[in-house]
This record gives sequence, C-alpha cells and structure tokens, in this order.
Amino acid sequence: MAETQGGRSLVVDAVTHRYPSGALAVENINLDIKGGEIIALLGPSGCGKTTLLRIIAGFIAQTQGRIIIGDDIVDALPPNKRAVGIVFQNYALFPHLSISENVAYGLAARGIDKAARQREAQRLLELVQLPTMAERLPRQLSGGQQQRVALARALAIKPSILLLDEPFAALDKNLRLDMQIEVKRLQRVSGITTLIVTHDQEEALSMADRVAVLSHGKLEQFGSPSDVYDRPQTLFVNTFVGSTNRMSGVVVSADRTAAKVRLDAGAEIIARPAGGTLSEGGRVTVCIRPEHLQFVGDETGFAGVVGMSLPLGATVVHEVTTADGSGVKVSQARIGETRALENGAAVRLAPLAPSLANAFPATL
Amino acid sequence: MGAAPASRDVTSYGMGLAAPLALFFLLFFVAPLLQLLWLSLHNDTAGLHWGLGQYLHFLTDPFSLGVLGSTLLLGAEVTAVCLVLGFPIAWLYQRVGPKLQTIIILIVLLPLLTSVVVRTFAWIVILGRQGIINATLQSLGIIDTPLKLLYTQFGVVIALAQVQMPLMTLPLITALGRIDPNLDDASCSLGAGSWRTFFRIVLPLSLPGVIAGCTLTYAAAITAFITQSLIGGGQMLFMPMYLYQQASTLQNWPFASAISIIFLLAVLAVVSVFTTLGRMSRGYGGA
Ligand SMILES: Nc1ncnc2c1ncn2[C@@H]1O[C@H](COP(=O)(O)OP(=O)(O)O)[C@@H](O)[C@H]1O
Ligand SMILES: [Mg+2]
Repeated sequence: MAETQGGRSLVVDAVTHRYPSGALAVENINLDIKGGEIIALLGPSGCGKTTLLRIIAGFIAQTQGRIIIGDDIVDALPPNKRAVGIVFQNYALFPHLSISENVAYGLAARGIDKAARQREAQRLLELVQLPTMAERLPRQLSGGQQQRVALARALAIKPSILLLDEPFAALDKNLRLDMQIEVKRLQRVSGITTLIVTHDQEEALSMADRVAVLSHGKLEQFGSPSDVYDRPQTLFVNTFVGSTNRMSGVVVSADRTAAKVRLDAGAEIIARPAGGTLSEGGRVTVCIRPEHLQFVGDETGFAGVVGMSLPLGATVVHEVTTADGSGVKVSQARIGETRALENGAAVRLAPLAPSLANAFPATL
Repeated sequence: MGAAPASRDVTSYGMGLAAPLALFFLLFFVAPLLQLLWLSLHNDTAGLHWGLGQYLHFLTDPFSLGVLGSTLLLGAEVTAVCLVLGFPIAWLYQRVGPKLQTIIILIVLLPLLTSVVVRTFAWIVILGRQGIINATLQSLGIIDTPLKLLYTQFGVVIALAQVQMPLMTLPLITALGRIDPNLDDASCSLGAGSWRTFFRIVLPLSLPGVIAGCTLTYAAAITAFITQSLIGGGQMLFMPMYLYQQASTLQNWPFASAISIIFLLAVLAVVSVFTTLGRMSRGYGGA
C-alpha cells in the first residue's frame, strides 16, 4: 500500500509579510526544503509561524518574496490549485458530513466518481487505523481520532506538501506521543514533504529532520535537531531550545574557534564563539546547559554555594548561587548512589568541555 | 447536613420564577383564545345556536379561501425575497472588517428603530403615482405614464420585505458567525472552489439560521396588518384586514372568531413545517 508519490521540494524565497494593520509578521525568511523532508517550524507564540504556513498554503499573499513548490512558482495560484494539504489545529472537520464523506471531500472536488471515492476513503481510513468509523459524524469521535481523520482527509488529495499547524497542542500528553509517532509513520510511508508548526521544542527536535527556529518573524537558525541543540547560532536559539544557564563575562582573547572568557562569577573558561567572532575586551553572554556543568574538586572553575537540590528521577538538579550573585542550575545524572549535596555546601563548577559553552556578544 | 442548600431541588426555583409570566399568559392569551373558540362555535351573531356553521361557511366560500390563500402566498413571497436579499448581507457581514460590520448592523437594525407606520408611509411616498420611483423614471424618459406600484401585490411584498428584513438577517448573521472560518479554508485547500464550498459547507451549516429566519419572517409578514392595509389599499385583502372588517365593521363576531382560529391553525401548520425542517437540520449546527 506504499504511496509512491515522491515529495516535492519547497523553497521559501526571501518571504516578507506585513499585515494591512502594519504588523510585520514575517521578515525575509529563506527556507530550502528537500522533497520528503519533515521540517519543524519552531518558535514562541506570535512569532509568525501560522502566517508563514498560510502564505505557503496560499491563504495569504505575501508582501514580498516567492514560494516555489517543485519547479513551479505558485504565488499566482489560489489555495485550491496548490495541492497543499493542511491539518488545522482544531482539525476543522466538516461537522455535518460523515467521516468517510470528510475524507472523500477533496476527491469529490476533483470530480472522481462516487464508488472510487468511497474505496479511496476506506483505504485512507485503514491507513490511519480507523476503518470502522466511516459512517460516524466527527463529533462522535475522540480528539485523537478526529486528528487521524483530518490527516486522512489531507492525504486523500495526494498533496505535494503537507502542512500541520500546531497539530498536537490540543491533545493530552500520552495521546500526543501516539500521534507524533503516527504522523511520522505516515510521513515515512507516503514520503510527503511535511512542515509542522509547533511552539514545543521537544516535539520539533524529536519529529523533524531539520528545525527552523523563528523569533519575531525572523529566521534565527535552520538546521538539524543536533545543530540547533548543540550548536545554536544565536542567543535566542540557545535559550529557547532546551534550558540553559546564562552567565556574563568579558572576552580575554578570541579567535574563530575558541574564546577565553573571564566570567563575572570568577573563573576563566574556554567557550565556543557561537554567533561569529568576538572582539577582545567585549562583554559576552555565555550559555552552558545544566547537564554540561560538572562539579570539580580542584581550584579550576568558579565557586558557588548549593541552594536547593531537586531529585527529578534519572537526574538531580542543583541550584547553585555563584560569587556574583547569579544562580545556575546543574543537572547530574543519577548513577548509583549519588551523594546528596547539602544546602549551603561550597562547590566549584566547570563546563564539561569548551565546545559545550557558547559565547554570544552581550546584548543590553 | 452541612450541604443543605446545595441539595435543594433547583427546578423548584424555576417554577416559582415562571409563575408571574404563566399567570399573565393565562389571563391575556389563553383566556381570550378560549373565548374566541367559544364564540366561533355559534351559528348566529346573537350567540344562541351552537354549531360549526361559521367554519363550514369559511371553508366552502371561494372568496374566504381566496383571501387565506393569497395571505399564505404573500408570506411565502416576502420570506423568499428576504432570504435572497438577506443571505448575501449576512454573508458579507462575516467577511468584512469591524468598522464595516458596525455599519452593516446599523443598516440592518435601522428598520427596527423606526415605527412601522412611519416606514410604511415612506413606502407610499416611494411607490405612489407621483412617488420617487415614478418621478425618477419619468424624468429619465424611460416611461411615459406612471407605473402602478402602490396597491399591488408587488408593492406589498417589497414594503413588507423591507419591514421584516431584520428578522431574517439577524438569525442568518448569528448562524454564519457560528461556522468555524477554518472550514472555509479546509474546503479550499482540498481543492474546492467558492461555489462548492458555499453549497456543500456554508449553506448546510447555516440551515438552522435560515429556518429560524424564515419562520420569523413568515409569521410576521402574514400578520402585518398595518403595512398590508396601507400599501395594499382597498384592492388587496389579506386575512388580518378581512378579520378586522368582519369583527369591527360588520360586527359578525362568531365569523371573525372562526377566521382567527382557521388563520391561527394555518400559521401553526406552516410554522411546524419550518420547525420540523429545523429539527432535521439540527445535526448540522452542532460540534
Ligand atoms: N490577520 C492579522 N492581522 C494583523 N496582524 C496579524 C494577523 N494575524 C497575525 N497577526 C500578527 O502577526 C504576528 C504573527 O502571528 P502568527 O503568524 O499568528 O504567529 P504564530 O502562529 O507564530 O503564533 C503576530 O504579532 C500577530 O499579532
Ligand atoms: Mg499560530
């Protein structure tokens, strides 16, 4: 039953959109997406994700730039001619049509005859594992089932691109994981180029081949999940994706690959200049993730006083106050019998490796 | 029992609160209706002989049946005009910005803010022999002799349609507003054009509003005594005026009562057809 239509590529070429109200929702976005990729569009609420999605689908005509699907510039095409499938956050199933009529809706619009439509709808309902629900109305289905129907309906038209707008936000945690796996499975089966909008960084990292991080309408970084997590290019990406400690300091010396930074907390560390080269003497913000800090016994690293310790199952998180008064979190894997740190204990901390501390020019 | 107030039966409040209205209805609606029924069951004006003579008279009299028929037809025509003109307005309302929405609502509600009598006289000014329409057409040289617009079925339908328009438009606006705008987009992204989207999605989902609007407009149009009489003049006779003549001018109270009962039943029949349709379409509005 494998669907063999290879996904088409999608290019977002210097797209800018300003709403008539004056709001600049999307600014000079460039994305080059290969056929068959799963891309996550990640960013906080209001950063322009939905706007970009609606531009790709054709519901909004962008102020500037081009959308190219496969070899075609589609800017002049209305949404019903773009063959872009969308799954809406609230599923947007037609409440007065049965599940099978919902799935077959796009086929009817293409003038496919009734018997063929029904056969295809049944095949798709089997694909999303709802073969017995054909005659029900949408409201007789649970949220997860409705979402499967929405997926089947979008896939029925054999779209060249599949867009999903915050598809899992309304589902509870367990169901969300099921549906994430389901979408990924369907995407693998159909090979369709897929764009998932989400504000959930875990979802983006776990589902996507590549993640595009947006902030205030601008593209901050577009790369693989490990690029985005381990080699963030901007301070925003480093703080938005995963959790991190921000520490300030001054650059002692720097070249293209490494910078020596004197932290205000009182130690010199080697950090990776993440957003380009740094100038000597300039102030920087150094980001170190809690799991990349370790307790050290000797006089290296910076000093701190342990506050609260939170055992979180597989890890223990310690809150440590440094000499300059700022707080950092340290996450330790719980291997065997981890010695509990007492409240008020004096410790010294250092990054696990230089490449795990990212230095960004300080913004005020 | 600490939770004594909570365990009290909530329905008992509802009954008590409804009592004044129930009493009001009993005194001023049910009682006169029963009196009407009682009156209509007498064969003579003096009210001495019981019988179904008045009903037999009405139902065998071609003139009376004609008046009933033209009244029900008038209602249908007015409802159709209101639906055809009102739906685009309601549809437009859901698709324009907030400023235009305010203007549309104002225009829709304006008829309700002026007296029916004033509005009807305005229509006389518009439709009369020397009225605005005729004067304009004549000065443009399109017609030589004035068109007969006043005192015609056409005139009555147009005037009533304007007077009753809000009763159609407001339920339609509400019904269309309840439709998730994403459904439009979903339909479009699945390859459907605007017409398919309208007939397969928007129209079926707005049916509860269509039915509510039609019921209200129909009931209001066939009972609109003032507009019917003033625009229809002496030439056009509809049930409310017929009834009034029998009761007030001819003092034939038993016959007038029978007319009311028959009219009431006819209206109830039409309205129940609408409500049945509404119940059948209710599956659509939800979810
Ligand atoms: N129809 C609109 N008119 C004007 N501004 C809008 C409209 N839709 C969204 N915006 C603005 O554009 C920005 C991006 O919105 P949106 O694309 O919905 O963000 P996201 O989906 O990431 O939450 C927001 O600042 C929002 O206020
Ligand atoms: Mg959004």
